[in-house]
Amino acid sequence: MNLTTPLGDEVLDLRAGDTVMLSGTIYTARDEAHLRMMEEGIPFDPEGAAVYHCGPVVQDGRLVVAGPTTSARMNRLTGFLIDAGVRALVGKGGMGPEVVEQLRGRGVYLALTGGCAALAAARMRLSGVYFEDLGMAEAVWIIEADNLPLTVGIDAHGGDLFRAVREKAKTQFHQRFNINQDTVS
Amino acid sequence: MMVNPADPALSSALADATERGLAEAEIRLPPDVLAALRRAAAAEKDEIARRELGNILENIALAEERQVPICQDTGVPVVYLTLPPDVPFSPALFEGVREGVQRATAAIPLRPNVVDPLTRENTNDNTGVGMPAVHVTPGERLTVTVLPKGAGSENVSRIGMLLPSQAGEIPRFVAETMLLAGGKPCPPVILGVGIGGTFDMAAALAKEALLLPVDTMDDYEQELCDAVNALGIGPMGLGGDTTALAVKVKRAGCHTASLPVAVNVQCWACRRATVEVKR
Repeated sequence: MNLTTPLGDEVLDLRAGDTVMLSGTIYTARDEAHLRMMEEGIPFDPEGAAVYHCGPVVQDGRLVVAGPTTSARMNRLTGFLIDAGVRALVGKGGMGPEVVEQLRGRGVYLALTGGCAALAAARMRLSGVYFEDLGMAEAVWIIEADNLPLTVGIDAHGGDLFRAVREKAKTQFHQRFNINQDTVS
Repeated sequence: MMVNPADPALSSALADATERGLAEAEIRLPPDVLAALRRAAAAEKDEIARRELGNILENIALAEERQVPICQDTGVPVVYLTLPPDVPFSPALFEGVREGVQRATAAIPLRPNVVDPLTRENTNDNTGVGMPAVHVTPGERLTVTVLPKGAGSENVSRIGMLLPSQAGEIPRFVAETMLLAGGKPCPPVILGVGIGGTFDMAAALAKEALLLPVDTMDDYEQELCDAVNALGIGPMGLGGDTTALAVKVKRAGCHTASLPVAVNVQCWACRRATVEVKR
């Protein structure tokens, strides 16, 4: 499916495991940017927005590389964005159960292949920045995306591909090493 | 010929070699790692996993074509030097490496990742107190090996002080490390495992194991690798056959009452390069 920001109810049709191509304006934000936005407000229109967990390398106003960072660091910092209307979180590694609940009926988490920073940059153009004082990795960069190849990691119905894989891995682990599930935390 | 300990030429040659090594490592994956990724992509049966591996291979090609770093987390510089008998162990070595890191940061460019651990203030040139980490061993030639290390995988690395009776539980400890890590370290991973030594030495061995070529594994390494791949975590934690490309082990003698085991997790972008210093 092709998605273009600002996003609307079309994201509600997606299911964990689906492939999507995302185009349009997206905003990078990592730990420091989330903290700043909680304090000072969101500098962009959050309605239908996509937030990209990314700290790019920028040189002379150009994106050199811009792959996703580990999204789970933002688990406890994300609720206010979804409450404000953000429809998609883009990153790597998935997010915690609190975010799965926050996305229910409202938005999705889209996984971009970790480390694919040259691939991502080849499909992006830098168009501006907020909070530049936070530094290159932590600033909010405004990016025009062109067909980013993404996998729906968490859908708007509680479906969480990362969790399903984790549960299966846990079962495999317990079987292989003969661990009684009742006695192991 | 003995080299003057304060020799600015030596320092400058080391800076050049460090800068070249970082450029090589950040932009091009070593052939053994690339070959392992290609083999994994050909063997992978899961559809989502195949797509993820396809993105990774396309990314590697694009990085080389555009002469940009493979990943935006260009890591923190970990550097290994081999020192021939005629080169004295001196501050000039460390100064040269430091300058090379600073130059590479501006030239390639690299993301400035090094901060003060408590104030989080960024030095903006990838150096800091004790950083870059420089490890020196004797050798025949003067070489610089760089291993830029990203945080996603470093953050899920683990050390365990097992009991001497628990040698049989090492495969479980290694698999458990990946179970806890899930998709966070950007699998498919390479695991460096350090067994024995002391608390600190096990961790150092685990990191050094990441310098070993991944195209061969002994039976023990294969056993550990199979245990990890049986988890089915797959590329990026989205499921699949390929969780680890390889597990590499380094050992050292240890106290009769100890069994330190360290697992240093490395993302698929196992970036390393060795450059001989011209002098």
